[in-house]
Amino acid sequence: MSETVSADTRPNALSAWPDKKGRFGDYGGRFVAETLMPNILELEAAYEAAKKDPDFKAQMDLFLKDYVGKPSPIYFAERLTEEFGGAQVWFKRDELNHTGSHKINNCLGQVLLAKRMGKTRIIAETGAGQHGVATATVAARFGIPCTVFMGATDVERQAPNVFRMKLLGAEVVPVTSGTGTLKDAMNEALRDWVTNVKDTFYVIGTVAGPHPYPAMVRDFQSIIGREARAQMKERLGRLPDACVACIGGGSNAMGLFHPFIEDEEVRLIGVEAAGHGIETGEHAASLKGGKPGILHGNKTYLLQDDDGQIIDAHSISAGLDYPGIGPEHAFLHDAKRAEYVSATDDEAMEMFQLCTKLEGIIPALEPSHALARVRDLAKELGKDGIILMNMCGRGDKDVPQVARMLGVEL
Amino acid sequence: MTNRLTTRFAELSAYNRAGFVAYMMAGDGDSQALLNALPAAGADVIELGMPFTDPMADGAAIQASALRALDAGMTLKKTLDQAATFRKTDKSTPIVLMGYANPIHHMGWDKFAKAAGKAGVDGLICVDVPPEEDEDLRTALDKHGIALIRLATPTTDDKRLATVVANTAGFVYYVSTTGVTGAGTGAVTEVSEAVARVQKASGLPVAVGFGVREPEQASAIAKHADAVVVGSAIVDAMHEGGVTGATDLVKRLSSAVHTARR
Ligand SMILES: Cc1ncc(COP(=O)(O)O)c(C=O)c1O
Repeated sequence: MSETVSADTRPNALSAWPDKKGRFGDYGGRFVAETLMPNILELEAAYEAAKKDPDFKAQMDLFLKDYVGKPSPIYFAERLTEEFGGAQVWFKRDELNHTGSHKINNCLGQVLLAKRMGKTRIIAETGAGQHGVATATVAARFGIPCTVFMGATDVERQAPNVFRMKLLGAEVVPVTSGTGTLKDAMNEALRDWVTNVKDTFYVIGTVAGPHPYPAMVRDFQSIIGREARAQMKERLGRLPDACVACIGGGSNAMGLFHPFIEDEEVRLIGVEAAGHGIETGEHAASLKGGKPGILHGNKTYLLQDDDGQIIDAHSISAGLDYPGIGPEHAFLHDAKRAEYVSATDDEAMEMFQLCTKLEGIIPALEPSHALARVRDLAKELGKDGIILMNMCGRGDKDVPQVARMLGVEL
Repeated sequence: MTNRLTTRFAELSAYNRAGFVAYMMAGDGDSQALLNALPAAGADVIELGMPFTDPMADGAAIQASALRALDAGMTLKKTLDQAATFRKTDKSTPIVLMGYANPIHHMGWDKFAKAAGKAGVDGLICVDVPPEEDEDLRTALDKHGIALIRLATPTTDDKRLATVVANTAGFVYYVSTTGVTGAGTGAVTEVSEAVARVQKASGLPVAVGFGVREPEQASAIAKHADAVVVGSAIVDAMHEGGVTGATDLVKRLSSAVHTARR
């Protein structure tokens, strides 16, 4: 991880976490059932070994280039820049990756690791279906059977992705417990893992879960920020004033942010989903509307009631519909290194259409949230400013849902 | 630490009898009535489930039970109230609370430990807090004489077992299968070997659970373990047959366990 600071060079650096216990300050950790502890420790050891192995890196690099299509370009969104009337808006175009989102950066890493560890079965949870599709894709490529857990509500609103996963040979298990969204899919994946510990590798799709997942997923996603940082320097001779990304669990945001953490002049801005508005209680903004707690293996900010029961998140975007957030974001939030704001369902719908019309890029509903705050920020920073936004996914998967919301029958 | 758990397991051992541990969910149906009725039905130890929205290590029966309890307005505080009410009339049957970290963390480790101690609770099983993460919780519980009970599983090898049994008290809960609650037990021979291993490493009694439903199974396990835990089957019986249904099942199971070594 060439450009980032390590604990050896600057012991208190914000980018040097987690510690040995998997903590980012007070957040993170390994809050799992005892049955899974040996697996988690085995995974940690295997990941540490793989990180140091030049063969593993060479294999990753080859597949990232030839299969995923890395590096993805940065792009000057000239017409949106004009429309917003302020700072230059640049996109990191991770939506051009194979399978249409940043998710595959991480899936590739984890599936190669699973193979290295001799695991013979892959499981994953998915919300929007992008992580499920990316996992099913890489699993197909390496010939490993794959089961994807998906909330029943999401199965309905993301039908095209469900069919894609099935074409890719994955088994899709609709999860009806709870509200049938991402958190329930994650519960069910954990239940499967507890049952099939020996042969199964759980590919978690975001920077959450027990240590080492938050750090490992961040490392695999950091290719976003490493590429973008070098590309900005090369194209513009300077770093952006702000990096902006949407946040579900926070993997595309952490992937973009991490290589910039030690660049103190670069603002890091995460955009959570405000659903119908934070004041309505129907949202998915864990930092803005939640409190620290323990769920899915880590300590982090969670949407919860007075009794510590988890509150269901709400977002138009299945990929952001999660009541938690990765522990490293909780840490950067408390340390005030990153700023966290939010965008509503309506704003995302508006940006989805605006970006499509002006740039000829159909964004996923997830980064459409980020774009809403880019609009404000462009005005705030003015003409001299430069904003880098992670266009982390394309919107093809959302077309049927958006049509329905606009009252169009396909 | 001597508390009701130590005393109860010593009594069982003196009679060369395996114990019966009954699990029930606080707040699902008339749970206060069931709780109060369990000792007379043959429960030697009671595990009182604290409902949580996201019970990651539980199977369908206990998941559904927790959601019913929460829908009916159950909270952690009310769960402790039920334990306190029970304790007014029963001074000897140990109560072990079982659940997940977040509601406890939300109340605060110390505040929870104090309230649980006051309610007459004897032990806690916190499913998603492994030894690596339990120092603060354990310190809080120690202050109020509550045993932190750890789980050992088929994935716990000898090296790991040393970590699991360090700083534990009361008894060790051996989860007989890799899986969620209600999923079915491991083979009896494997269970008996594992129990011996855990007893040796911990010097504590070992209770075996996860997936025990029938008196025959319970009896087979009771030959080798210090206690047998039944959860999902009791939760189902309570849902389908109310307090009478649940206590009838507990009577059959406990008598099978109590007579297993004759
Ligand atoms: C395109 C896209 N962006 C963002 C997300 C949210 O995940 P994360 O916050 O981990 O990047 C998803 C999740 O499905 C997604 O598909």
